[in-house]
Amino acid sequence: MNKPIRTVSIFCLLLFLALAVNATYLQYYHANALNDRVGNGRVATATFSRERGSIRVGPNGGTVIAESVPSHDQYNFQRRYPLPYMYAPLTGWYTFGNQTALERTQNNFLSGEDDRLFVNRLVDLVNGNATKGGNILLTINPAAQREAFDGLAALGPDVQGAVVALQPDTGKILAMVSLPSYDPNKLATHNFKQANAYATRLAKMPSQPLLNRATQTTLAPGSTFKILTGSAAVQDLGLNGSSLVPAGPSYRLPQSTNVVHNDVLSGCGVTKIPLTQAMQWSCNTTFAPLAVEVGANGMHRMATDFGFNQSYLEDLPGQAVSRYPTGLDDAQTALSGFGQGSVTATPLQMAMVTAGIANNGKVMRPYVIDSWQSPTSLETLDSGSQQEIPTSPAISPSTAEQLTRMMVATVQGGTATPAAIPGVQVAGKTGTAQSGLKNPDGTEVPPYAWFVGFAPANNPQVAVCVMIQHVNQPTDEIHGGTLGGPIAKRVMEAVLNSHG
Amino acid sequence: MQFVHRRRRGAELFLLVLALVVGVGAYAAVGLGVKGRVPADIVSYGGWLAALIVAAHITVRLVAPYADPVLLPIVAALNGLGLAMIHRLDLALDTHYARQQLVWMTVGVGLFVVTLVLLRDHRTLQRFTYTCGLAAIVLLLLPMMPGIGRTINGARIWIHLGPMSFQPGEIAKVLLVITFAGYLVLHRDALALAGRRVAMIDLPRGRDLGPILLMWLVSLGILVFQHDLGSSVLFFGLFLIMLYVATERAGWLVVGGGLFLIGSYVTYLFIPHVQERFQLWSNVWAHYGPGTDDLGRQSVETMFGMAYGGLIGRGLGQGSPWRIPFAQSDFIFGAIGEELGLTGSIAVILLYGLIVERALRAALISRDDFGKLVATGLGAAIALQVFVVVGGVTHLIPLTGLTTPFLSYGGSSLVANWVIIAILLRISDAARRPPPDLSVPEDTDMESTQVVKLS
Repeated sequence: MNKPIRTVSIFCLLLFLALAVNATYLQYYHANALNDRVGNGRVATATFSRERGSIRVGPNGGTVIAESVPSHDQYNFQRRYPLPYMYAPLTGWYTFGNQTALERTQNNFLSGEDDRLFVNRLVDLVNGNATKGGNILLTINPAAQREAFDGLAALGPDVQGAVVALQPDTGKILAMVSLPSYDPNKLATHNFKQANAYATRLAKMPSQPLLNRATQTTLAPGSTFKILTGSAAVQDLGLNGSSLVPAGPSYRLPQSTNVVHNDVLSGCGVTKIPLTQAMQWSCNTTFAPLAVEVGANGMHRMATDFGFNQSYLEDLPGQAVSRYPTGLDDAQTALSGFGQGSVTATPLQMAMVTAGIANNGKVMRPYVIDSWQSPTSLETLDSGSQQEIPTSPAISPSTAEQLTRMMVATVQGGTATPAAIPGVQVAGKTGTAQSGLKNPDGTEVPPYAWFVGFAPANNPQVAVCVMIQHVNQPTDEIHGGTLGGPIAKRVMEAVLNSHG
Repeated sequence: MQFVHRRRRGAELFLLVLALVVGVGAYAAVGLGVKGRVPADIVSYGGWLAALIVAAHITVRLVAPYADPVLLPIVAALNGLGLAMIHRLDLALDTHYARQQLVWMTVGVGLFVVTLVLLRDHRTLQRFTYTCGLAAIVLLLLPMMPGIGRTINGARIWIHLGPMSFQPGEIAKVLLVITFAGYLVLHRDALALAGRRVAMIDLPRGRDLGPILLMWLVSLGILVFQHDLGSSVLFFGLFLIMLYVATERAGWLVVGGGLFLIGSYVTYLFIPHVQERFQLWSNVWAHYGPGTDDLGRQSVETMFGMAYGGLIGRGLGQGSPWRIPFAQSDFIFGAIGEELGLTGSIAVILLYGLIVERALRAALISRDDFGKLVATGLGAAIALQVFVVVGGVTHLIPLTGLTTPFLSYGGSSLVANWVIIAILLRISDAARRPPPDLSVPEDTDMESTQVVKLS
């Protein structure tokens, strides 16, 4: 009987081999796929109970804007946001099974799962410590962020708007504010019922506080777009600041009976004025025909080179794409020349156009994560990369030079004087964009106030864009210069002062 | 000079100490993992475990000195690990299964000792061939009786007598192996005698198909009436293997395998319970989570747990095995996989493999056919049971309800398996014992005769 017993033993060996191979498949080869599967409550709970890394800003990460503190409940740690409203559009919030903004894009690193933290995990494992998440340092300048937030909030409790500041030569985001904002602490609380109630309330509010207006709202950029039209006119038509260009009180759109007027009543002359003067007084009657002269294709190419029709923001989710459509007819092209019609832009996009001019025509990819740091020693493991967007450079250094002069003139003696800083050459441009929308009661939605600028003009340290979508003031008092200019000035001053 | 096996009782004692370290160490680790301190009753618990193991060891020394030295330590380690794991789930779920399981282990070790002491020669069992068969069938039918039978989790395999609940199928398993072995030893020649040769395979005669057909029907009957997929596969496979070993004819495997496939297909077509199990296995993700019937929760949570455990596991007390429903009984392997990782899973699989290997080794060296068949049957029973339950838990094959030997919570299973080990030790003791010296001391005889002649 021994021969069949040996056969049976081979059979049993195969059975156990199959079990061992299957266990290896489940626990090794297939393990990551199972761990990442949606609905895996085990992994979700464990990750949620881990000490998550912090998000910091400022020199040496001196200011904490998101951190995990011991919570003495079943999840061990509670996410806390010390400066909730000011930084909510950047940090987002972190709760069980849901994250937004940086908490979402950097989830793997903050929770400690990222490959860059492999060695740290290994050390924790050997020492028997719980896995800790890595820390993230942002490019944000805390002083500039505060000025932007306070400046925008000072316009009143109902204000809807955004401020973006960039470092022109690197693409670092120095400030990013969006109002109205929300308290991520109330969304991250372990009292999930309260958190849900708050989330539902926020989602239902018509002012959309969960929206990051700096990157997710596209609106007509109005006259701030003239710096782009001006760039095309200088680059493609060979004009300069003193070139005489068409102007006057009115301009009839091609193949149309509609007539364009200027926002300012004086300054745009009768027939022809220098280009710089047209920029200073924001003459629609100049930039409309200039755009037509550049042509729909030329305007589209110039806008695209500056970042329109592109996605470039990797650090934050849900970047809205700014649009300059193809195939516009002459009338639409004329309207686009002063940022109306079918052209729309995010505040971040207009900041990039401004920063591109400040940076000799080179448009840098905007980024907000300065460095990824190890959990406890804060040793830098990786840094945000500085690179141009694929379509850069948008304009030549000489064109940038021309535009800078025109914008400096606009601040020194034009519509943008509220942004002037004593002792510093500031370049700027205002915009007051017609919304073209109607309220449910039939009245017109008030215009959007825009302001873009950079400083110092000869060695730009900061480019800023202010956008005010809604403010509780009479329509005839909404102007980009008077509303946005002072905020841009505060932000630029904050950056220049912190540079010493 | 014939090869003589050494007793190796010292080796067994050393391995038992290791097994005790596993059991008590795991218990302490559970306390540390869950509550951050060693359990207060570690001394009394460890003492009790040690006392049981020492009692078993001394019994083996006294009544089965040549028995295999590896089996008892493996079983002790598995039982200790199972206890620690059940205790870990108790802490999470606020139940008290571990204490109950320790009582059952005591009963099991008691029966182990009784079996070894009373059963001095395993061939005695051959006398009870038909008694065992009758008892097995009665036990299998008991859950069907109104009044004491109970349906738990869809399978009618339980009986309740007062406060006690019992799975008679586990005991029937041991009795059936004895019955099969006794029957086959008597009839193996008749079964192997004649046959037709079809396509290079010796097929048995039609009239000899009787017993296997009967067994086939019994296993199907259990499946149909008790919804017990696992037991029917186990009984059928067990009989097939023993039949093959007794007759040495591979033809039986072909016939049996064919019947198994046909039977499986027919039951799949006509029994909704089987269809449900198969569909659950083939697409478990459609049966998990909100909006579904959630029948796949056990399987999915087990897979999530084992994946989460990874290579080295979360550590005892530091995973969430309580997320798996019934983790302390059928799904305890998933809990071990999560907290001890792939390392722990493979170690447990290897331990089972070693049990089977030692059983088959005892069968190989056994000097009598009955012993060979019983040892092979018991070894195969453990192999099949482990494959069916662990394979089901780890989603290798469709899920069928069986307990994991020595690990799962469940008195009947634990007690029956301790008896199985006792019988295996008895057979290996008989096999390894030096053969009695039957040579006649001729010289003295010659001398005395010569003395008579001289005087």
